Amino acid sequence: MKTEPFVVNVGPQHPSTHGVFRLRVTLDGERIVDADMIVGYLHRSMEKLAESRTYTQNIPFTDRVDYLAAMANNLAYCLAVERLAGIEVPPRGQFLRVIMAELQRLANHAMAIGAFLNDCGAFYTPFQWMFRERERILDLFEMAGGARLTVNYMRIGGVSYDIPPEFVPTAQALLKDLPQRISEYETLLMENEILIVRTRNIGVLPADRAIASSVSGPVLRGSGVAWDIRKADPYCVYDQLDFDIPVGTRGDCYDRFLVRMEELRQSVHILEQALDMLPGGPASTPVPLALRPPPGEVYARIEAPKGELGFYVVSDGSPHPYRWHIRAPSFINLTPLKDMVVGLTIADAIITLGSIDITLGEVDR
Amino acid sequence: MSVALRGTELAEKIGPSFPSAVAEANEQWVTVAAEQLVAVATHLRDDPELDFRYLIGVCGVDLLDHFEVVYQLQSLSHNHIATLKTLALDHQEPQVPSLAPVWQGAQLQEREVYDLMGIRFEGHPDLRRIFLWDGFPGYPLRKDWLGMPGGRHAGLGKFPRED
Repeated sequence: MKTEPFVVNVGPQHPSTHGVFRLRVTLDGERIVDADMIVGYLHRSMEKLAESRTYTQNIPFTDRVDYLAAMANNLAYCLAVERLAGIEVPPRGQFLRVIMAELQRLANHAMAIGAFLNDCGAFYTPFQWMFRERERILDLFEMAGGARLTVNYMRIGGVSYDIPPEFVPTAQALLKDLPQRISEYETLLMENEILIVRTRNIGVLPADRAIASSVSGPVLRGSGVAWDIRKADPYCVYDQLDFDIPVGTRGDCYDRFLVRMEELRQSVHILEQALDMLPGGPASTPVPLALRPPPGEVYARIEAPKGELGFYVVSDGSPHPYRWHIRAPSFINLTPLKDMVVGLTIADAIITLGSIDITLGEVDR
Repeated sequence: MSVALRGTELAEKIGPSFPSAVAEANEQWVTVAAEQLVAVATHLRDDPELDFRYLIGVCGVDLLDHFEVVYQLQSLSHNHIATLKTLALDHQEPQVPSLAPVWQGAQLQEREVYDLMGIRFEGHPDLRRIFLWDGFPGYPLRKDWLGMPGGRHAGLGKFPRED
């Protein structure tokens, strides 16, 4: 009997693509033989727009790159400009940045785990639990900077506002609840047989291929490579804080899920220390309105929740960046996607995509 | 702490094997002639002393009369980073060899540079536009794209409260 390959479009309008992501898969029976990703539906030409705005005016753009981890994007960009212009951030500003970045990691991973479980078929219940914790973190952001999602909180030279006095007690109350909640999720999810059968040995990415294809963050660590910019190239005050890097062993979807679960715990641990160590003094250094960094170029990076987020900024001495490039982890983490999904069924490909944790704002920029 | 290898240091390491490859080396980066880029990149990846197995990022820069392609490299074992550059001298039809065969991680990023900057990567397995649609006029990240009236920073030249 004659058979023909069958082409299925997943997305761009599909709940499990986490945005406007389109995957064109070719099937032989039920198995995927080819996959082609089509992106760009959310392309907003940020790198071009940034060239005609000042360095400070570009901070709100970074919020909208990865809108689920706006604080991390703010931080990476401000670090790049500070390194270019030689600006020092006072200790309180450094700690506030770490606190915000780690809260953002908690919020992002809550979203990532919830959406991943949704893709696995655990419809909306885990998502709702995760949103319960995320909500309290967004409340903290609102308390500090006035916004919840696109926070625009950090500034070149520090942060926009110092935190109000009730911030630290509220954050500490949250941190007191979180370990128990995380344990609950672990008992409910990590040993759940359906979840394990559904995700073990699915979407396997061996360590050598992970390195060769430049993936970063939980995807790289899930493949067993203990690589975290916070340890390898510490920025802000991460070298004063104690935390571990969780790694997977097999590089499958389950390992990536486990890495994110453990990173929740580690972030709580970092936050507890950072809140205790939070020094007094000013939260930021004043910088000129139209900052003119000396001509030169810089690449600054951080460990964003999704992986290595870097900004490559070229200055020509004018108040506008000459070139403004984002090394977007969501985008680059999609490099091995085709190899990971070939041979799987569509349902497994959806899980694999969910385990990479992409934000389309960051993929398309 | 990641150590940034100086460009001059890297040039000394490339020098013996590829005497004519290094076009320029300074504190921050090393510029390699496009003809020898693939050979040099393979050497950087495979030499155990350098061990740049991880390509952080690829970025194109329009320098008005030519283009520059910037590669950020990382060694996970030695924890050092380096910046490698190459030049595409023809501003109309810029072309450099693709490093996707050396680092798979360059695949999507080179497509991005091609899409937005218009630099062709020779030897790339699948060089297509990625964000913009086929038939999009020009390459938006080039400085002369659409020739914005009033220059590149139209309307933004003055800052009333600058002083």
